[in-house]
Amino acid sequence: MRAAGTAVAGACLFALAQAAGAAAPAPPSGATSCTGCHPASAKVETKVPRLAGRNAAEIVAAMQAFRSGQKPSTVMDRIAKGFSDEETRAVADWLGAQQ
Amino acid sequence: MKRRVAASRRTFLKRALAACAVLVPLPAIAQAAPRVVVVGGGFAGATCAGTLRRLDPKLNVVLVETNPTFTACPFSNGVIAGMRALRAQQFNYEALAGLGITLAFTPATRVDPQARTVTLGADTVLPFDRLVLAPGVDFRWGAPAGYDEAAAGRMPHAWKAGEQTLLLRRQLEAMEDGGLVAISVPPNPMRCPTGAYERASLIAHYLKSKKPRSKILILDSKDTFPLQRSFQAAWQELYAGLLEWVPLSNDGKVVRVNPATNTLVTDFTEHKAAVANVVPPQKAARIAEIAGVADRTGWCPIDPATFESSLQRNVHVIGDAAISGAMAKSAFAANAQAKACAVAVKQLLDGATPAAGKIINTCYSLVAPDYGISIVGVYQAVNGQFVDVEGAGGASPADAPRENRALEATYADAWFRTITAEVFG
Repeated sequence: MRAAGTAVAGACLFALAQAAGAAAPAPPSGATSCTGCHPASAKVETKVPRLAGRNAAEIVAAMQAFRSGQKPSTVMDRIAKGFSDEETRAVADWLGAQQ
Repeated sequence: MKRRVAASRRTFLKRALAACAVLVPLPAIAQAAPRVVVVGGGFAGATCAGTLRRLDPKLNVVLVETNPTFTACPFSNGVIAGMRALRAQQFNYEALAGLGITLAFTPATRVDPQARTVTLGADTVLPFDRLVLAPGVDFRWGAPAGYDEAAAGRMPHAWKAGEQTLLLRRQLEAMEDGGLVAISVPPNPMRCPTGAYERASLIAHYLKSKKPRSKILILDSKDTFPLQRSFQAAWQELYAGLLEWVPLSNDGKVVRVNPATNTLVTDFTEHKAAVANVVPPQKAARIAEIAGVADRTGWCPIDPATFESSLQRNVHVIGDAAISGAMAKSAFAANAQAKACAVAVKQLLDGATPAAGKIINTCYSLVAPDYGISIVGVYQAVNGQFVDVEGAGGASPADAPRENRALEATYADAWFRTITAEVFG
């Protein structure tokens, strides 16, 4: 009962915090799609690199090279062409900030 | 068992709300522990439930699914062709339970969008702030004429993975060399629009080594299909004389079947098959219709910014059941939509206004174990519907070097392991 009471009090505090605070910013356009292939978890071992926590500038450079064809690829050329420089930068920054 | 868990949660919530009511005004209470119910534990629903809890561990998320074991459709063509075990397709919900999601292994039977309740089984009523429907597809039994649930026991569809997948595999294994395998492909929209061609390819791969005098026929209700040039180039290279595609305009559409004789009938021809695989036409699963979110097409129109139904407020539809414009009904799309939907639902619960973002789909097909091809799309919302971003996406080049095919087969395998790890832990 005591635990439940503490939880109830916690829920109320959270309600107040939520009422007072602003909503967290949403991930940039397209960003959450990436983990379909690029593992979110470090436990998954594949040839497809994990992007979370990676240097954002490196991601941007890779995307530009995929888009121009300078860097050979199978699917990434087709995906990179769907994003502007600005969108690519935003996605890279977001991925870089992930744990 | 699960019902009791859900009930005790509700009791707790009631107590929590009652206690809060003394302290804070009502609008804040509504935000204290918003309730999201997700119906359907496939790639769409399971992803959405997990993403919601990761975005906000305080959300009260209930995942409603009838089957405690999930059997994945992607890669199940490999099971049919004897390349992998069905076990490799199967996942459970323990990791999602570990995230604090309440699991209810009871079918959703009613939805009241006005009262914001969903009924499980006969009488368990769950209130929700937001409902996410990810129910997948149902078959339009009776099409082709004569194809019903009983017929599927003789002529498997194998379009929902599990026992049907194994039945088709056993039939192929039991078939004598020299037999005819026929696959009937329905019109669009359908789940996994490249799946039947991958299936035909992998069955051809099996026949080529095990039963080389046999033949596989694709009887198609369509004149074109995704990745067509890449598939056809590969068939020419690998399966010439073994695999034949019969398009709609060449009398490919199966209009009637006779399970007693294993016969598929088109307008002008009767094909008596040793093994007949009939993929029936589809629609959004029944609960979508019950909830009033399916339109006259049998599918569910949505707002691409939020995946909220165009027909019912506070109800979102993701995955195969949704009308998502140019996006194919694939596991990748379901997973990507589910993550976007979860973000939007969280924003709506926080009182924010979600903006429509871009979304990606990548579908791999195996033509042989070491021969992969893919179709990719990047989509954006235009006039309330997902359309292709111009200049992006498309199919693997029909003339790509063989090492790219091998690489894509490797990436296909990597994709399956990655996505199932993301969804089921």
